[in-house]
Amino acid sequence: MVDPSWYLTLAALLFVIGMAGMITRRNALIMFMSIELMLNAANLTFVAGGIGSGNPEGQLAMFFVLVVAAAEVVVGLAIVVAVFRRRRSVNVDDLAELRG
Amino acid sequence: MTDFIWLIIALPLFGSVVLHFIGSRLKEPVAGYIASATSVGAFFVTLVAAVPAFAGDLHRAETVHLWDWMPSIGASFTLQWDQLSIVMALLVTGVGSLIHIYSIGYMHGDERFGRYFTNLNFFAASMLILVLAGNFAMVFLGWELVGLSSYLLIGFWFTEDLPPAAAKKAFVLNRIGDVGFLIALMLIFKYFGTFDFETVLHDPAVHIAGGVATVIGLLLLLGAAGKSAQMPLFVWLPDAMAGPTPASALIHAATMVTAGVYMVARAAPIFDLSTTALTTVALVGVVTAFVAATIAMAQNDIKKVLGAGSVIHAMGGEQDMRKMGGLFKKMPITGWTMAIATVAIAGIPPLSGFWSKDEILAAAFARGGIYQAVWALGLVTALLTAFYMTRWFVLVFLGESNWSEGVDPHESPRSMSMPLIGLAVLAAFGGFMNTPFFHGLGNFLHPVFEAVQEQHAPEGSLEYILIGVSVAVAVAGAAVAWMFYRGDADARTHLLDRISGPLGFLDNGWGINSGYEKVIVAPLARAAEGMSWFDGKVIDGAVNGVAGGVNWLGGKLQGVQTGFVRQYGVGLLAGAIGLVVWVLMGGGS
Repeated sequence: MVDPSWYLTLAALLFVIGMAGMITRRNALIMFMSIELMLNAANLTFVAGGIGSGNPEGQLAMFFVLVVAAAEVVVGLAIVVAVFRRRRSVNVDDLAELRG
Repeated sequence: MTDFIWLIIALPLFGSVVLHFIGSRLKEPVAGYIASATSVGAFFVTLVAAVPAFAGDLHRAETVHLWDWMPSIGASFTLQWDQLSIVMALLVTGVGSLIHIYSIGYMHGDERFGRYFTNLNFFAASMLILVLAGNFAMVFLGWELVGLSSYLLIGFWFTEDLPPAAAKKAFVLNRIGDVGFLIALMLIFKYFGTFDFETVLHDPAVHIAGGVATVIGLLLLLGAAGKSAQMPLFVWLPDAMAGPTPASALIHAATMVTAGVYMVARAAPIFDLSTTALTTVALVGVVTAFVAATIAMAQNDIKKVLGAGSVIHAMGGEQDMRKMGGLFKKMPITGWTMAIATVAIAGIPPLSGFWSKDEILAAAFARGGIYQAVWALGLVTALLTAFYMTRWFVLVFLGESNWSEGVDPHESPRSMSMPLIGLAVLAAFGGFMNTPFFHGLGNFLHPVFEAVQEQHAPEGSLEYILIGVSVAVAVAGAAVAWMFYRGDADARTHLLDRISGPLGFLDNGWGINSGYEKVIVAPLARAAEGMSWFDGKVIDGAVNGVAGGVNWLGGKLQGVQTGFVRQYGVGLLAGAIGLVVWVLMGGGS
């Protein structure tokens, strides 16, 4: 039995990596991957919490997150593809037409 | 028997509807012929229907039920046919027909010839609904229609300045009276539970006591004062002369003003329960007559003295009497008819004005108490009336001509002079309907007022003394005016200058108009201005202020939207860290 704190440490590590990628990279696909990394860090936290407290609700929450993430990927990738077709680039800093 | 009396209303109404749609397309006199035909037709229907009443076979009111309107409150389209409505219907259709015919000549050349007759027919129909109504709800319907159609007629020449203002004034003052009438109707419904004449007027004492009767009576009187131009609501009448003159005459003299009188007469059983209401009626009437007579003495606008259409017509629209004179030679027919009218109104026997005035005065004298004051004031009024009528006649028809240049008086066309002759005959002989020796009208109307306590003129020597006094007064008034205005012109000018102050006061209608202006109109206008300010600054200010504030805030905050996704990411991170720190510090628990 692995101590749950290890899971939490790993989840925190993954989250910070995702966060850093999200903030530093400009490529929309890379940012997507970073978001997935953060979502999975959150999933890991849920599951670890579920093990720690001995009930299945943590795993249930993880399934919810997975489903929502799948939907988000469908929409998000479609947007990225549409943007790429239009501009031949997926650099998010170029997409600033709606700034105030 | 009298099932067909709905025709009396339907004929002018039909004429009005037809003319409304095709009146403007007809050649000029045709619209007038149609309108006159419907009016004359209504007159003959009235005559035919009135035969049993004249024959003395109509002992109780007949009603003709047309259709249900609001049966549960006693308000249906029911016509009542009794002596009072017969007299009124004859008056409205008779005088109305003469005025219709007269108008064909008077309105000659007017662009909206057809429209004028639409309105005139509409007015006649409204009046007939009013006088033939079988319950108070229908009276009110006719009442309001008369208000509307008089508004249309007074404001007929709406492109000029004066008529629309006069029309509005008449309408508003009528509305004030209508409020009284409406409240009276509500009270009637509260106490009687129905509007039907049969129930309400048969024996009102069963349902209401003296106090309630006083209130209802005074409110009805307020309504009548609005319609009949009595104190204190009479100020619209002189202005109403801004309309076409025959219409003014129709409204003024013949019908609309009698609507109020009719209503008071119809509601007589209610008035009879309350001495206060009765006395007020008498006082209002005589005070109005007195004030009006003094105003007429000083007026120079002929139309405000009386609606003398032909003369204005002949003078090319001139209405200042000082610019007339010597018209008698040019217009003999008009002159003679006007002479008869003058003598009749001045109250010199044996013409109609004498009998009606004398009857009223004698009855007032006989009643005693405060009514003797009414009698005295009435006598003074009679003196003034004789004076101003003579003055009017002398100024317009006799003496030197003072016409403006380019004015060439001419006798009116036949369609105008014939009705005038008809009216003059009425004025001359109408009075014999009810004289001290022959109570024709009084007896005719007796069945209607059976329940009402009647006041007859005194009999015997007192009667002759009163008649003598009243005749002497009328002759004196006429003689003074005759001498004064036929006499030395210099002396007259001198005297008029000396009393120009009081004259101006009378000319201005006792300052009643300007008094209303100061006491009612000006404060209302100030209040309206205040409200306008409040609306502009406070209400609009609040709404616009909120919108402006949001706009300003948005301008300040729009810099946050940089369009850089990663910047939003940093914002999210900062927010998340902030939340975590807040939770760790123990916030929210």
